[in-house]
Amino acid sequence: MKILIKNGRVIDPANKVDEALDILVEDSKIAQVAKDIKAEAETVIDASAMIVMPGFVDMHVHLREPGREDKETVATGTRAALAGGVTSVLAMPNTQPCPDSTESVELIKNIVANCATCNVFVCGAITKGRKGEEIIDIAKLKKEGVIAISDDGVSVDSDELMLDAFKRAAKEKVVVICHSEDRKLSAGGVVNLGFTSTRMGLRGVSKESEFARVKRDIELAQKTKAVVHIAHVSCKESVGIIAAAKKEGLKVTCETAPHYFALDESAVLGYDTNFKMNPPLRGKDDVKAVKEGLADGTIDAIASDHAPHTENEKEIEFERSEFGVIGLETELSAAITELIESGILKWKDLAEKFALNPARILRIDRGTLGIGAIADIVIFSPKKEWVVQKEKILSKSKNSPFLGKKLKGVVEYTICFGKIVYPFSK
Amino acid sequence: MAAKRLSADVINIATETSSVKKGETLIDTGRNIQALKADIIVMRHNYSGAAVMLARSVDISVVNAGDGWHEHPTQALLDIFTLKEKLGRIEGLNVTIVGDIAHSRVARSNIWGLTKLGARVTVCAPKMLIPPSIEEMGAVVIHDIEEALINADAVNVLRMQFERDSGEAFPQQLEYFKNFGITSERLKKAKKNIIVMHPGPINRGIEMSSEVADGANSVILEQVTNGIAVRMAVLFLVAQARDGNENTN
Ligand SMILES: [Zn+2]
Ligand SMILES: [Zn+2]
Repeated sequence: MKILIKNGRVIDPANKVDEALDILVEDSKIAQVAKDIKAEAETVIDASAMIVMPGFVDMHVHLREPGREDKETVATGTRAALAGGVTSVLAMPNTQPCPDSTESVELIKNIVANCATCNVFVCGAITKGRKGEEIIDIAKLKKEGVIAISDDGVSVDSDELMLDAFKRAAKEKVVVICHSEDRKLSAGGVVNLGFTSTRMGLRGVSKESEFARVKRDIELAQKTKAVVHIAHVSCKESVGIIAAAKKEGLKVTCETAPHYFALDESAVLGYDTNFKMNPPLRGKDDVKAVKEGLADGTIDAIASDHAPHTENEKEIEFERSEFGVIGLETELSAAITELIESGILKWKDLAEKFALNPARILRIDRGTLGIGAIADIVIFSPKKEWVVQKEKILSKSKNSPFLGKKLKGVVEYTICFGKIVYPFSK
Repeated sequence: MAAKRLSADVINIATETSSVKKGETLIDTGRNIQALKADIIVMRHNYSGAAVMLARSVDISVVNAGDGWHEHPTQALLDIFTLKEKLGRIEGLNVTIVGDIAHSRVARSNIWGLTKLGARVTVCAPKMLIPPSIEEMGAVVIHDIEEALINADAVNVLRMQFERDSGEAFPQQLEYFKNFGITSERLKKAKKNIIVMHPGPINRGIEMSSEVADGANSVILEQVTNGIAVRMAVLFLVAQARDGNENTN
């Protein structure tokens, strides 16, 4: 089985490639990347005026299954991923049961084997039941294929326990992903603390609740040889702390999500719960700092923090509604619209943030179009525009902060493991 | 009451007895009320933003009678009406609002309304009860009550609710009265004709002394009377706007 991709602008930062080239895919691998490949192929894709990149690795996705199949399933979530050019997702562990034991990881792997249409990597919990009390058996879970651990949704409050977790993770070479939030400081908050919380009459989430915990997590990790990755960086101070740590040579990486560079806190003033997430949308200064952090390399990756919720959980009073927004189908276009158009990132940077860097952080053999690499590829039209419409969203939940927005960049083909998986075959 | 004076048919729905508690959402309740062919929903709700959410999901009119800590527009209108009646103008007035600004919808609506009409608004409370960046809404913050009263043409005293379950810091009642209570002694240092307002019900001896509440500067009972007129006006205007819409459509 061969696929020949003709005349696309191939951008593969791992191999310092950025030019119009052809790619030949043979079975599940990349067989050739060159000009004017003359080969017989079952499928030929004319990618003129399109950009060809390694398939995206979204390292922060809530697939909700098992446990909350009413919000999303592995099947619907991975379909949404493919439509967004994402060929690998890291499934976050706040499922029921959560991946804190061999049994629960096996259960999840079974569902994935039966239902997933893109690569799904499993992020294990840090503590049993994500309760912050007892560390899981990291070695055992690693044998089951768990590549990272996180208690995402919450932070491990105990310094002692977190230090222990870092030590054990370092020994097993498993990356620790931190949802850095001090709940004592954010207690009950639903929007950014300041004018927004005051004007809306809502409890605020201070930036300190985030950056103080970012600081702690980096400091604890530094005492071990653990690789620490900070999830969903939303504010200026966090960007500053991570930049300083990197300058010191500490092993820390981080991600941000499209809503933190595309939207600021003013979006939430109308009490639309599609702008309610944790951490909350921050100030204009913070958005600027996140963009600068992306540009200067402080922020390594863009991940969606895809967090599907049903209408019943979203279309209620603001304070009672769930935190989180979906993002798999819009992340590429949001990034093109906000970061490429304004010159903040170059195309090569975009390929790094969406594919190469997350693959490297997670130590998975993805994120590149090198010869012999697994053929996970996204092909998109960078200039085509589309309007995000609720009816067209593939995710089971529709809680997108980009509803009604016109975005740039349309995914034309997604290839996963050497097969064209998007557009979907009937 | 205002609706009855206007001879409107009124259905009262209290959430404790209605289906809101049984899992029906606010939007469902709103749509059901619309299906009953009501023209206007007047809603008071514990959650900030509930009124705007309801208004977005029904076609009939919604009057916000108070949502969480966010807004209480009719109270602000009646406060402003009372000020205008007593002092003849709003523009240029100095109005001081004293009390739990952080958790007060009355304070927020008064700040919006008064600043829009050209009054200067000062808010006065212990630090823990002043929300961050309130200055960006146009209010000046003064923590010392006597200083906050010195130039005031009017003082609007908010009702204090000391029982909160959120674990947030809160002052003691007696300490609060000592530091922020409105007393005759404090009024003596203020403008002679300063008017004293309160949205009711008053905690005598906590927010203000009985002497002040019943004294010559108090307009608290007039506020109650004006409340009916203002609410009638709101309902009348909303109903008229609805009729207008129907005619043009
Ligand atoms: Zn998180
Ligand atoms: Zn998350």
